This record gives sequence, C-alpha cells and structure tokens, in this order.
Amino acid sequence: MRNLFAFIAGGLFGAGLLVSGMVDTTKVQGWLDVFGAWDPTLAFVMGGAVVPMVFVWRLADRRGRAVLGDPIPRPQPPLVDRNLVVGSLLFGAGWGIAGLCPGPALAQLSFGGWQGALFVAAMVAGMAVAPSLRGLLDRVDRPMPQQDA
Amino acid sequence: MEQDWIWGLVGGLMIGAAAGLYLLVNGRIMGASGILGGLVDGTGRREGAERLAFLVGVIAVPPILVPLYTVVDTHITSNAVVIVLAGLLVGVGTRIANGCTSGHGVCGMSRFSLRGFVATVFYLLGGGLALVLGRHVLGVI
Repeated sequence: MRNLFAFIAGGLFGAGLLVSGMVDTTKVQGWLDVFGAWDPTLAFVMGGAVVPMVFVWRLADRRGRAVLGDPIPRPQPPLVDRNLVVGSLLFGAGWGIAGLCPGPALAQLSFGGWQGALFVAAMVAGMAVAPSLRGLLDRVDRPMPQQDA
Repeated sequence: MEQDWIWGLVGGLMIGAAAGLYLLVNGRIMGASGILGGLVDGTGRREGAERLAFLVGVIAVPPILVPLYTVVDTHITSNAVVIVLAGLLVGVGTRIANGCTSGHGVCGMSRFSLRGFVATVFYLLGGGLALVLGRHVLGVI
C-alpha cells in the first residue's frame, strides 16, 4: 500500500515537473539569469506548489498521523548551520550552470539524451561521496579544545 | 510563450498535490534529493522499497505524457565537463544541505521552516552567481 502511494506521488511529481516546464533548462536558467531575458515561470511553479502545501501542513500537523499510520515528521529546530548554507550554495551553483535540480533530473531521464543521463550519473556520484565530504568539513571546522588558564 | 506561466502554475499545483499526498498518506516529506540520496548512501535502506517506488514513478510517468507535446527538449548543454561538474555539485550540495528545491523549497517553506527559507535564499544566490559568472563573465554556458 505504501509503495503504491509512493509510486502515485512520484508519478504526479514527475508529471508536474514536465507540465510546468521545469525539465527545460532554459526556463530555470532564464529565472536565475537576472541580466538576460528574465523568465518568471519558476515563481509560478513554486507558488502553485507551496500555497496548497501550507494548508496540507496545517491539516497534517493537526491530525498528527498520516493515513497509513506513520507519525507526521516533527518540525526541524530553527537551526541555521554551516552545512545548510554551504551545501545550498554548492547545490545552487550546479543548478545554475546546468539548469537541472534533482527532481527534474530524474523526470527527464527517459527523454533527456546522453546529456541528461550523464548529469544524473554525476549527481548520484556526488551523493555517494557527500557523506565523506561532510565528515571532512566537520573535521576541518572542529573548534580547538578550550585551554583553561 | 505567453501561456508558460499558466502551465507553470498547473504543473506547480500537481507538484504540490504530490507532496501533499506523500505527506498525508505516507507521512513522508517529498524531497527528491533525500529520497534518492538515502538509497545512494544507504542511510534510507529501511524504507528502501517505498523510496524506490517513488523514484520509479518520477522516472516512468513523464514519458507517458511526452507524446502529448510536439517537442520536448531539455535544452541542456552538450559540454560534458559542465554537465559532470554541475551534477557533482548538485549531488554533494543537496546532501550536505539535507535538501533541494522540493524538500527545502516546496515542503520546507510551506511549513514556514526557517531552514527551508535559508536554503532557498542560498541556492538561488548560488545559482544566480554561478550562471551570471559562467554566462556573462566567462562565456562558457
């Protein structure tokens, strides 16, 4: 049952990414390129997705449990750390130069040619090495032991 | 071209419906990088089948709709160096930040999560800077 609904949600997500035009890298780059022919489509996509989700979250948090019995994930503490900022900057840079983020990259796999497949392969490789890179970041940034006088 | 924003809105509503369904029925946050990344690095092995079912949907359903369009072109660059660099950055960055446009953007901001807003500001900033640098300064994109 869970797998069936996961498949339906995934299919609807993929279809939405295709219909919205987010699989078209020129739309994404057109949004990010404030010095070029600016394309506002991405704002409509984000708005169309976020506004209904505001009400879904209210309902979900009130119910406390999902239909299939799992607890609704608790809100994350409002903690802004280095990983959130550095990771988002790196992700954004890759998103900007190719025009694909993870969802659309998967959605375009069947028709995106060798270029799209190569992007997904590189993205998966990046995800595979990310845990060790994160560990490296943590070691470099670890504060020196406090020395008491 | 004039109707692009309407299709953007329609597609956006579909993405929101998908996120809502996944949350209300399965009790999970719909984040593409987290669902895939958890399978890649093994941290999400416990709900592996559910993750895989979601990914099969994302990959296998769009081609059913493609024949409805006269042309479907991602217009992606054919510069393999740019593609590999971009893919690595997206893979590493989303896993270090713990989310991407769907998880932090769609699901985070709609819950008024501070982390969702901060991530969105910084990936937009990173994307804008990288694109402007690559296109208008270096001229490689």
